[in-house]
Amino acid sequence: MRRSNLFGLGVALLAPLAVSAQDQPVLITGATIMTAADAGKIENGAILFQNGRIVAVGPAAQVSAPSGAVVIDGTGKFVTPGLIDAHSHIAAESINEGSVPVSSMVSIMDVIDPTDIGIYRVAAGGVTTSHVMHGSANPIGGQNAIIKHRWGADAQGLLFEGAPPTIKFALGENPKRSNTGAIPGIEGRYPASRMGVMDVIRQAFVEATEYKAEWDAYDQRVASGDRSAIPPRRDLKLDPLVEILEGTRYVHSHSYRADEILQLIRVAEEFGFRIHTFQHVLEGYRVADEIREHGASASTFSDWWAYKVEAYEAIPYNAAIMTQRGIVVSINSDSGEEARHLNQEAAKTMKWGGLDEEQALALVTINPAIQLLIDDRVGSLEVGKDADIVLWENYPLSSYAKVRTTYVDGDVVFDIEEDALMRQRMAAEKDQLREMLGEGESTRAGARGNTAGGPGSGRAGGDR
Amino acid sequence: MRRIFGNGPAAAWALAAVIAAPAAAQQADTYAVQGATIHTVANGTIENGTIVIRAGRIVAVGQNVQIPAGAEIIDGTDKHVYPGMVDAFSSLGLTEIGSVAATNDQSEMGQWNPHLNAHTAIHPASEHIPVARANGITHTLAAPGGGRGGGGAGISGQATLIHLDGWTVEEMEIAKSAAMVINWPSLASRGRGFGGFGGGGSRSFRETERQFEEQVAEMDAWFTAAAHYRQATASGSTRIDRDLQLENLARVLDRGMKVIIRADDHRAIESAIEFADKWNLDISIAGATGAGQIAGQLAEKGIPVILGPVQRVPQGVDEPYDDPNTLPGLLHDAGVEVAFATFNSADSRTLPYEAANSVSWGMPQDAALEAITLAPARILGVDGDLGSLEVGKIGNVIVTDGDPMEITTEVQFVFIKGVMVDLDNKHRRLWEKYRNRPEKKVTT
Repeated sequence: MRRSNLFGLGVALLAPLAVSAQDQPVLITGATIMTAADAGKIENGAILFQNGRIVAVGPAAQVSAPSGAVVIDGTGKFVTPGLIDAHSHIAAESINEGSVPVSSMVSIMDVIDPTDIGIYRVAAGGVTTSHVMHGSANPIGGQNAIIKHRWGADAQGLLFEGAPPTIKFALGENPKRSNTGAIPGIEGRYPASRMGVMDVIRQAFVEATEYKAEWDAYDQRVASGDRSAIPPRRDLKLDPLVEILEGTRYVHSHSYRADEILQLIRVAEEFGFRIHTFQHVLEGYRVADEIREHGASASTFSDWWAYKVEAYEAIPYNAAIMTQRGIVVSINSDSGEEARHLNQEAAKTMKWGGLDEEQALALVTINPAIQLLIDDRVGSLEVGKDADIVLWENYPLSSYAKVRTTYVDGDVVFDIEEDALMRQRMAAEKDQLREMLGEGESTRAGARGNTAGGPGSGRAGGDR
Repeated sequence: MRRIFGNGPAAAWALAAVIAAPAAAQQADTYAVQGATIHTVANGTIENGTIVIRAGRIVAVGQNVQIPAGAEIIDGTDKHVYPGMVDAFSSLGLTEIGSVAATNDQSEMGQWNPHLNAHTAIHPASEHIPVARANGITHTLAAPGGGRGGGGAGISGQATLIHLDGWTVEEMEIAKSAAMVINWPSLASRGRGFGGFGGGGSRSFRETERQFEEQVAEMDAWFTAAAHYRQATASGSTRIDRDLQLENLARVLDRGMKVIIRADDHRAIESAIEFADKWNLDISIAGATGAGQIAGQLAEKGIPVILGPVQRVPQGVDEPYDDPNTLPGLLHDAGVEVAFATFNSADSRTLPYEAANSVSWGMPQDAALEAITLAPARILGVDGDLGSLEVGKIGNVIVTDGDPMEITTEVQFVFIKGVMVDLDNKHRRLWEKYRNRPEKKVTT
């Protein structure tokens, strides 16, 4: 299906449609291109993309527009890869299956809400891919979803096709229900201590190991031609854990304190698997060497602290220390608000801990792509990669940064001018509706959309 | 004359720590920042200027300034001097760990607490205070009922304006009863919840309106009682029992104490304004997410706003994505006095970035700076003492390597009440300790 680049957004709003790569080539030229790849920063650079892929990137003089290309003057502007949020909870109908300590059988992929305005708003902040995670109510949580911000696509169309599956684990105060209170209808669910949290994980993997052995034995009998072999009963809770043991599903564990991080590393090593990414990991700076040796990466916040006991020793230097100790680090949002300025959150690591510009940008581009094992597709501006691109009005690692256009697969998912036109269309539509209701200039119009979130609520939310 | 050389940011910090740590006993009385770019906020920018702070006050600002003998001199080359920033509504000193009730003192039980004062609960040793001031926040309005959650409609209590330095709250205090904080009834008909963790109930708009009117009537009854109480006590009658609630509430009548009304929806704000007119209150509106729709009215009546975080999601699903960013500029253009605030404690250090986030959406750069310095001083009635770099004002001054609203800018020196304060804090200590952890030996 052909979708004009300039009006992609409008079309998307009117009719959800399957993913379609733009077929008209687009050239942004004269801009400063921050590639998040070996090419580094290219002053007076150009990037050409077509059919949803990057065709060329380099100095402006070396990249010319093919016939029929849309040419965008990038003079004074900046181009970065689409930002990647390694920890999000947007676009999900529900987050936590908290009634059981192990909820590995449930999946966020079953509850994707493609109408969540958060998908659009976050794209307006330059985010093109989000890791939509299960909550932190239980030591072993549900399966996560990785989505592209193809605003207008249906739930299936949002999913990042081919992305390796991930799962949520959680340690500390949340799974032991210190702060979140009892689950309605559930009294005193185990565990209630960090000992219990580790026990739940260990017990689950004892079960999974036995289950896997049953399947291995069955597979072996089948392979040896035994036609009387009876398959073990499928267990949807244990299947994902077996995938973890086999290294085909990747663990992203919510964590805060250094001691629990270390304990999980040891439990994983006991069962022969790896914690792929520690999420939040606010005390990662204390056990950075252990995290690195285990082979885990880390996805953290820029400067949040003190909202609970296990966040009281959080420091804004965390990302810098872990980076400097050789860990692949990302900065995530865990919030539909924070995700709107991930670039600014990354910039804070230049102030707190002295990362350089390239390292800071990597925290929200190539590093989260590596953590989600999608770096062959996204996370940097290189030929052949997906045309997930942000055109910025000004320097992106700044508190003054502003997005002009966000492209996903070469399609415009946000454009500042298109957004202004959309507002006009919406205003006209509302007037029309009011007229049909015979209200004229309704004073009730303001009634819609009021929320209880007062000042300060902006930073709340998420599953910290 | 002693010279302080702060070249690199790290060196500057280390020097500041060295100078400030031994502190009190030998603290210098006179400081000069020489040859810096001085952003006065009140009277423009002075290139290659010098500022002198003596005995707690700014005593000279300009290009041709005589530096007194015995002054500690900071070489201002490549440095910028700004007024210290003020977080116009925070819970600094009133909360330590969000989830731990034992550490939270910003909200009291009950709805009608005009007799309570933040002053009585401010914890001068809170770890949040050095964290905020290390990023250039020198004073704040520590306000009851602030922070996450806010609380329902009612009178939260009196907010105290404090310096972010002092051994006791008395040393920190600028104005003990700087303002009465009132949470205006809400017209929100839909709760904000997080999927899976519950919350987010809703009520019909008709029901919401009914409750709103009831609550406004109850508020009015309190003010009526306070007016009667004042009248009765003024008559000299000895037959009236002392009532601390009414006694304190009566202080706001006839503009006797500033009143900060927390309200978001424009109809709630209009209702608050009408109420303030009736009782002759000196109000500003805090939060004010819906203020854009009545900007003209606010400007005409000279009612300032203390804006909640710019980094927030728009109120409704069909609000423009950048509504929080454009609001400050819109209000400024309409002639409304605007200040920014974090309404938070741990996040107070991000105040300058809240301001910056409005600049690319129409708020003039100098107006954004003013909204975290001089404007809040005016709103809180202390612009004679604070908010700009002018002779005679209190020496709340910061020295930076650039624009304090830009994330990467380093705050190199902070003066509060004319004294150079220690920029060390919990975060820097942990950073120093753990970045120097010896590389772990590989054991396998």
